[in-house]
Amino acid sequence: MSTQTSGLAIETAGLVKTFGETRAVDGVDLAVPAGTVYGVLGPNGAGKTTTVKMLATLLRPDGGEAHVFGHDVVREADEVRGRVSLTGQYASVDEDLTGTENLVLLARLLGHGRPAARTRAAQLLEAFGLTEAAGKQVKHYSGGMRRRIDIAASILNTPDLLFLDEPTTGLDPRSRNQVWDIVRAVVAQGTTVLLTTQYLDEADQLASRIAVIDHGKVIAEGTKGELKASVGAGSVHLRLRDPVQRAQAADLLRRTLDAQVQAEPDPVALTARLSAAAGQDTAAEQAARALNELSAAGITVDNFSLGQPSLDEVFLALTGHDTRTSGSAASGSHDAKDEVAA
Amino acid sequence: MSTATTTESTELAPVRTDSLTELLVAKERPPRPSAWQASLTFGWRAMLKIKHVPEQLFDVTAFPIMLVLMYTYLFGGALAGSPREYIQFLLPGILVMSVVMITMYTGVSVNTDIEKGVFDRFRSLPIWRPSTMVGYLLGDALRYTLASVVMLTVGLILGFRPGGGIAGVVAGIALLVLFSFAFSWIWTMFGLLLRTEKSVMGVSMMVIFPLTFLSNVFVEPSTMPGWLQAFVNNSPVTHLASAVRGLMAGDWPAGEIAWSLGWSALFVLIFGPITMRLYNRK
Repeated sequence: MSTQTSGLAIETAGLVKTFGETRAVDGVDLAVPAGTVYGVLGPNGAGKTTTVKMLATLLRPDGGEAHVFGHDVVREADEVRGRVSLTGQYASVDEDLTGTENLVLLARLLGHGRPAARTRAAQLLEAFGLTEAAGKQVKHYSGGMRRRIDIAASILNTPDLLFLDEPTTGLDPRSRNQVWDIVRAVVAQGTTVLLTTQYLDEADQLASRIAVIDHGKVIAEGTKGELKASVGAGSVHLRLRDPVQRAQAADLLRRTLDAQVQAEPDPVALTARLSAAAGQDTAAEQAARALNELSAAGITVDNFSLGQPSLDEVFLALTGHDTRTSGSAASGSHDAKDEVAA
Repeated sequence: MSTATTTESTELAPVRTDSLTELLVAKERPPRPSAWQASLTFGWRAMLKIKHVPEQLFDVTAFPIMLVLMYTYLFGGALAGSPREYIQFLLPGILVMSVVMITMYTGVSVNTDIEKGVFDRFRSLPIWRPSTMVGYLLGDALRYTLASVVMLTVGLILGFRPGGGIAGVVAGIALLVLFSFAFSWIWTMFGLLLRTEKSVMGVSMMVIFPLTFLSNVFVEPSTMPGWLQAFVNNSPVTHLASAVRGLMAGDWPAGEIAWSLGWSALFVLIFGPITMRLYNRK
């Protein structure tokens, strides 16, 4: 179990699931290293949940193969079930039962004796800050509380692999941060986490490797840095003093940097996406050149920042469409803080 | 915890990652529960649900009482001269009919439950697969027992005097509950097979009404036309009603008991595997 630090927690080859005419999962290959958080990023209906359900032995694949810690998910489903836990998009606990009853029930099903089950349930409720709500039916829980009880139920026995299927969908930012803390604590103890999400910043925050999936296919895979590098070296964000000069500045940046330039809603702001093909020059060198050119042309730059490309941009570049229209995209200044060695 | 300084009820206590980490360090796993233990645990879940929603006992209390009263006074005078005489014949039969009818709710509850997220969790647990369904039926067996006791009490008040005494009555109820447990696998199958609660209800009615009414529960089959007698005499409900009636009257009808047990085994053997196949494929 814990000795399996190297090796793969999940390995799939050509995984397929069809529902009628729809190929929900259309040949997915994944290799998830043990002991890491692996992000599966994609919009609604991309096939994330279907993939997770096949890996958690809840759905039978129509094609391809999947192994979890070396066990085939179809032929050795029972072995797989012994090592994984699943937290679904909706709370995978019994809404009619109280928090304590849910945890005791599941602990009993995992083989704990009655006293041990009660102790474990109480400890988990305490750790998750749910002691006060322990005696309340889960249907009266808030969204954040449901998530907590749900994750608590998943770690009654510390699993080797935890599936978190969109664990923060519908949560307010604070609850989301708390779920992230929990995930980090779980991973720190050696559990592998497969996290599906449609939030780019979530994958950015938690995952060490990310697979981007769309229409049932993996369209990109790699570390965060690799994915970002694949779409370019980064972005230069500029704020000009005079909005009138914006068109001229954009033109200049396009010519000198071979960059894609985007006018921001703010009439003085510009974003230039640096192309990786510009090659030998680092992003910083390119940016320096851009500033020189601008100042030579008499354009005053009030404010300047250099950012890594956000996963939003990665997604846009890969799929040609946004993750969601109302994106929760990380801002450029936020990206600049990321250390990525691509 | 002394951190209960919450200003509003929605304010949540913080997650304590340090104690969480301690809990996660413990990696030993207890041995898996046996098939029986897992089933009993699911049975416990069914009881917890009754505890939280006691209204659901309505169908095993008020409904059976209503049936006993209705049929005793509606048919009693016409069929047996007086309600008091008729109830001697009717009570075991109406008991069988009501309990077999109540089994139908199993399908509805499986159907509504299966759509919930918790089933994904149950299905991803390393336990004996049928235990979820067996747990349901164990909980339901309790409901059937309750319904039987309620009806018997009403019957005794109305003048039912079982010749078989306590032993005969207990044996009759035990046989009835056992049969209902086996018969319910039909409903678990429909509960998993059909998409909506309404369709489960509809199909269940189509099965249950002919099966319970076309039997010897209300009258002796000898008054019926030949083709109907052929059906009624071979119906599992007729065999069960005769067996329960016999047991409560004090004669131990070995043949009818054997028929009832045979049907029970058949139901489990056919519908049990179909249910499990659907459950695994859901």
